[in-house]
Amino acid sequence: MGILSLEPISGWGRHPVSRAAVERPETLRLPEGDTPVLPRGLGRSYGDAAVPAAPGGRVIETTRADRVLDFDPEAGILTCEAGLSLAEVLRVFIPRGWFPPVTPGTKFVTIGGCVACDVHGKNHHRDGSFGNFVERLTLQVADGRVIECGPTRERELFLGTVGGMGLTGLITEVTLRLQPVESAWMRVDTEPVSGLAAMMDGLRDAAQDWPYTVGWIDCLAGGASLGRGLLMRGRHATRGEAPASAPSEPRRIAVPLDAPEFLLSPVLMRLFNSAYYRAHTRRRRAVAIVPYQGFFYPLDAVAGWNRLYGPRGFLQYQCVVPRAAAAGAVAALLERLAAAGAASFLAVIKDCGPEADAYLSFPLEGTTLALDLPYRGPATEALVHQLNAMVIAAGGRVYLAKDAVTRAEDFARMTPRLVEWRRVRDRWDPERRFRSAQSVRVLGDQA
Amino acid sequence: MKAAVVGATRGMGRAVARLLAERGDAVALLGRDAAELETSARDLSARGARGTIATGHLDLAEPTEFSAALDRADQALGGLDALVVTAGDFAAQDALERDAERLGRLLDVNFTATAVLCQLAAERFAARGGGTVCAFSSVAGDRARRSNYLYGASKAGLSAFLEGLGLAYADRHVRVICVRPGFVKTGMTAGLPVPPFAGEPDDVARVVVRALDRGTPVVYAPSIWRWVMLPIRLLPRAIMRRVRF
Repeated sequence: MGILSLEPISGWGRHPVSRAAVERPETLRLPEGDTPVLPRGLGRSYGDAAVPAAPGGRVIETTRADRVLDFDPEAGILTCEAGLSLAEVLRVFIPRGWFPPVTPGTKFVTIGGCVACDVHGKNHHRDGSFGNFVERLTLQVADGRVIECGPTRERELFLGTVGGMGLTGLITEVTLRLQPVESAWMRVDTEPVSGLAAMMDGLRDAAQDWPYTVGWIDCLAGGASLGRGLLMRGRHATRGEAPASAPSEPRRIAVPLDAPEFLLSPVLMRLFNSAYYRAHTRRRRAVAIVPYQGFFYPLDAVAGWNRLYGPRGFLQYQCVVPRAAAAGAVAALLERLAAAGAASFLAVIKDCGPEADAYLSFPLEGTTLALDLPYRGPATEALVHQLNAMVIAAGGRVYLAKDAVTRAEDFARMTPRLVEWRRVRDRWDPERRFRSAQSVRVLGDQA
Repeated sequence: MKAAVVGATRGMGRAVARLLAERGDAVALLGRDAAELETSARDLSARGARGTIATGHLDLAEPTEFSAALDRADQALGGLDALVVTAGDFAAQDALERDAERLGRLLDVNFTATAVLCQLAAERFAARGGGTVCAFSSVAGDRARRSNYLYGASKAGLSAFLEGLGLAYADRHVRVICVRPGFVKTGMTAGLPVPPFAGEPDDVARVVVRALDRGTPVVYAPSIWRWVMLPIRLLPRAIMRRVRF
């Protein structure tokens, strides 16, 4: 194919928006020469991680490279091309009794993207992040060489690539360990929680016995209700607990248009959050056997839900703060958000286990908070900088897969292992062939 | 079904082969690149294909080898009863306008070679009591347009051929299916501006497999392209010229 036409491109938050020359090859290969490139999967990172460094930049979308290369049905070890989606892994392997070892809150992500963002899920307190289950990566690095790396082979490159936001090379193949499950159903226990202290205690207690835990917080409720929400605990249902048949694939509804901005006014958001909270707190505690889709991917049922935030898009803010500082820091963050009237449909709170060895991996032992901020220009960005300052003071960090705003100096303060990561990049991509709008912003790359 | 799929390693062919293999059909993947064929065969097996999966060499630029390629697929699957030709050539109009050799190659692959292969398969299936021949034409063959009439002509010829083939072999229980994809986002169309109603390979595969089961002579894929093309087919030439369509 000759010259690629330019198309609009953004992260899932639809801010910022740029233009890119997007290739969708069926066999992943870097273009000849030294053209700057950026790998991109299904585009579910929220900010500018998968947006090219400069408008018109070249993007390699990996989604057409989606072949399963090997599967060991005894050990559950899967080797695939990097563009295979988690949705396809679930569709193909759940009926055979295997489930992804770690899954983010959407299944519309590629396996390569899961590695590049070192995604985490509701089981982080027990199992850690995605990279813990990766046995081998095949990577085409800036000079065109194809390198295999893993926990014991080219370990530095592996630790730089897991969570490395696609900036160390083009991930072409991934080998990972799936986990065995007895059914496609989940046993889920949901409990209303009246405040932040109860939520954090609940998460800590649940972590002892439950593989999956998460809390939903009505982050518009202040005062004595600060941190009120729902605590959800889950595990894969056993064969005996699960209904005889597999759950049917939920029907997806689509958001056909951008929502008008008045729907996102703080008053309406507050009403929505209150109604949601009350609807779920009529009963004190509910135990149910539910399809895995509803537990792990509730928002996947609404195609294009990002349009609900209107034409200007939204930022998702996710931070993690160390356990010692968590209670005070999370309360302060929620108070700051409530004071700013920065509306959000929902905020998610989760306790994390020990941090991974990968240099730019996001989670660390403590508490993570994630929420949506409708984008309203400089005021929203200023709020993020204020939140960042609070996170830095608490010894925490933000998640690059969600970020569109953080400044380079703040990112450096949050990332003690940035030096190690830069060393890997200097070795494998000294000319910075792999760049993104995000790497220009947080790492000082040239646009 | 025991189907040979030509062009099964990429795009729509990959999606059709997956859907057939997933429901237990035996599939022979035919194409040019042995390593790619092998990788695609592993993909189908690892995804849990229950029927036989085989691979074989077939290059649409080498019509003299077609018969041997069908023999090998026949043997590997234990009797072929369907041929699906998804492979084809594509180039932008300006490249074809300036390069006669390139144009000749495209016309050869999309029309001559595909027609020869389908004719051969129809004759073979007729001799053994029936079968299905399915080939991918294009909506570009429904109406010649100034901006892509060279590619469109190759597909218009193929559509006419397939219609005739279906009529000629109907009494001998050979079903012929002409698939007319609209714009589908594949490696072949990468880099082109994406028009409205653009489809995904998986959408096309579902339509094609249903057509294989039912023997539908002409299918548009995704289905909406039937209605997109209806007014285009009826548009008077004078208007097409005036709006430079």
